[in-house]
Amino acid sequence: MATPIVKIDNLVKYFDISGGFLEQLQLKSGKIRLHKTEVKAVNGVSFEIAPGETLAVVGESGCGKSTLARTVMGLYPPTAGSVSYRGERIDTLTSKQMLPYRQRMQMIFQDPYASLNPRKTVRQTLKEPLRFHHKKITAVEIDERLAEVMEQVGVNPAWRDRFPHEFSGGQRQRIAIARALVIDPEFIVADEPVSALDVSIQAQILNLLMDAQDQRGLTYLFITHDLSVVRHVATRVAVMYLGTLCELATTKELYDTSYHPYTRALLSAIPRVDGKKSKYIKLPGEIPTPIDLPSGCVFHGRCIHADDRCKCEVPELLPVSDSSGTRVACHGIAEGRI
Amino acid sequence: MSLLEVKNLEVSFALRHGDLVALNDVSFTLDKGERLGIVGESGAGKSVTGFAVINLISKPGRISKGEVLFDGQRLDRFSEKEMREIRGNHISMIFQDPMMTLNPVLTIGTQMVETLRAHRKISVKEAEKIAIKKLDLVHIPSPERRLTQYPHEFSGGMRQRIIIAIALLAEPAIIIADEPTTALDVTIQAEIMELLIELCNSQDMGLMLITHDLGVVAEVTERVLVMYAGKIIETAATSDLVTSPMHPYTKGLMNALPGHGTCDKENRLQQIPGSMPNLTEIAPGCSFHPRCAFCQDICTKTVPELRKVAGSKDRLVSCHFPIGGQN
Repeated sequence: MATPIVKIDNLVKYFDISGGFLEQLQLKSGKIRLHKTEVKAVNGVSFEIAPGETLAVVGESGCGKSTLARTVMGLYPPTAGSVSYRGERIDTLTSKQMLPYRQRMQMIFQDPYASLNPRKTVRQTLKEPLRFHHKKITAVEIDERLAEVMEQVGVNPAWRDRFPHEFSGGQRQRIAIARALVIDPEFIVADEPVSALDVSIQAQILNLLMDAQDQRGLTYLFITHDLSVVRHVATRVAVMYLGTLCELATTKELYDTSYHPYTRALLSAIPRVDGKKSKYIKLPGEIPTPIDLPSGCVFHGRCIHADDRCKCEVPELLPVSDSSGTRVACHGIAEGRI
Repeated sequence: MSLLEVKNLEVSFALRHGDLVALNDVSFTLDKGERLGIVGESGAGKSVTGFAVINLISKPGRISKGEVLFDGQRLDRFSEKEMREIRGNHISMIFQDPMMTLNPVLTIGTQMVETLRAHRKISVKEAEKIAIKKLDLVHIPSPERRLTQYPHEFSGGMRQRIIIAIALLAEPAIIIADEPTTALDVTIQAEIMELLIELCNSQDMGLMLITHDLGVVAEVTERVLVMYAGKIIETAATSDLVTSPMHPYTKGLMNALPGHGTCDKENRLQQIPGSMPNLTEIAPGCSFHPRCAFCQDICTKTVPELRKVAGSKDRLVSCHFPIGGQN
């Protein structure tokens, strides 16, 4: 593998939700103690993203995939662990030192109704990042860049003076993509970019993202809950459950032979139109709260294969034996039980 | 005669510039124990269809033409008071977001008892007994204890089960489910879909499932209506529709699904150009023609009728040039 464009190592992100001093006071065995309550959103996630690939992170709501994306972008400081961009650590940088990286890393959000400023025209929205990152750019150059990028995302450049409310949802998402592309980034984090769109529009936007990748050699970190979208766009897939990676594999491998019991259940739950329905593997129980993480493997409470080891020892993400490159965090698979 | 019969239904909204027709000539039937899907993209009129059936179209909208027959009675002519007898008792509705439908400051028990006692003259004790039975029916463990809990103490999937239990309280003949799984995760969605099928079979209930997700439709329903810009454009048995869609829009929708349709050589999804028209700007002729790859001269001029496909039992398509069929 070439030098990774982004590498995260043992990334941890906790959110302190304990509130004020008085709310933290707790009576424990006759003594008053300060007690902190934390949401453990991301717990020791490591992976690398190679240039030109699309790494998809999938998982259900609350599994920490969006937190992971934002921590990678530097929007949240990590609690522990590191984020490196082309070999340089970026999680410790000041916001000023971060500037050159911001130009190379951009983000696309889920809801194009919320991510575009309703009081700015398309021109103003697209101009802002250009002006910010290229102080000396001339008005003519800006116009050229805008026309070029709007053309590429399929929005008529003649509409540059319109406001977001004059566009449909799909067109707004195109504008949000244009805003990310306008400063020529090399790495884009897309957080559920098609989840708010209708099927026919979703296909248009996915095609657009893939075209942009081909033309500009972009690298994507693609966050989604939709496993069929993943199958279509991703090179590799990371499956997350409760802040932890449970499986990391190439897309083909994952859909051909998935290993982790959670991945299997997740894949069996996709509704299919072609009638090739596999029996849905039911998961007992519910996702535990990320405030009190289960001991050992976070999935053990819902796993039919769990034994005593799973309850106390956290499984590592290890390569499976069949040399496919798939890595799985499961004792059962490491021991050959499953 | 079918349990529910909708005939040539038209719903319009009175706007400043004239009437906006949100539903145009919609007809279908639903029998006991039948599972019917209504699928389409946002703005196609699927939710309006659901609301029109239980006469919940609020002003400035109204049912401007057609009939809604339930058990032979004209629901569209019912007064608000008569309608209240029908809603909940005979036809119930489930909505998308379970957190928005439940009252956050009342316990589940209170909400269920209240609903029951609005429909029947029974004591609180009796109502609680029925509530427990229904919670059991939707597989909520230890329902007695759960009755005293508030909505925030339940997960999203559990809340949706409670909503379904509430809809079942008065043992309705029909349930209208408007995007019941859209706000849920796939694993929870799979459980709710299973539950809906199970309930339709065990309670002999008719289900009208409104969704944008063809996958959900394919797994749950037996028959499906595809809607586009306020009209039914194709209706067929679900298995026929997913294996051989006849309307170019249905086919486009199927091909646009990632991981399902045929991808071209560069691994791109087949997309439908453009987007659904605003209801005020529907093109003359076939409303789909500006986006249709097979558009001919006649499509821009004449509105295609919803016609029975030759040689089929109950397959209808509204297209001048249906795929794989003689017109």
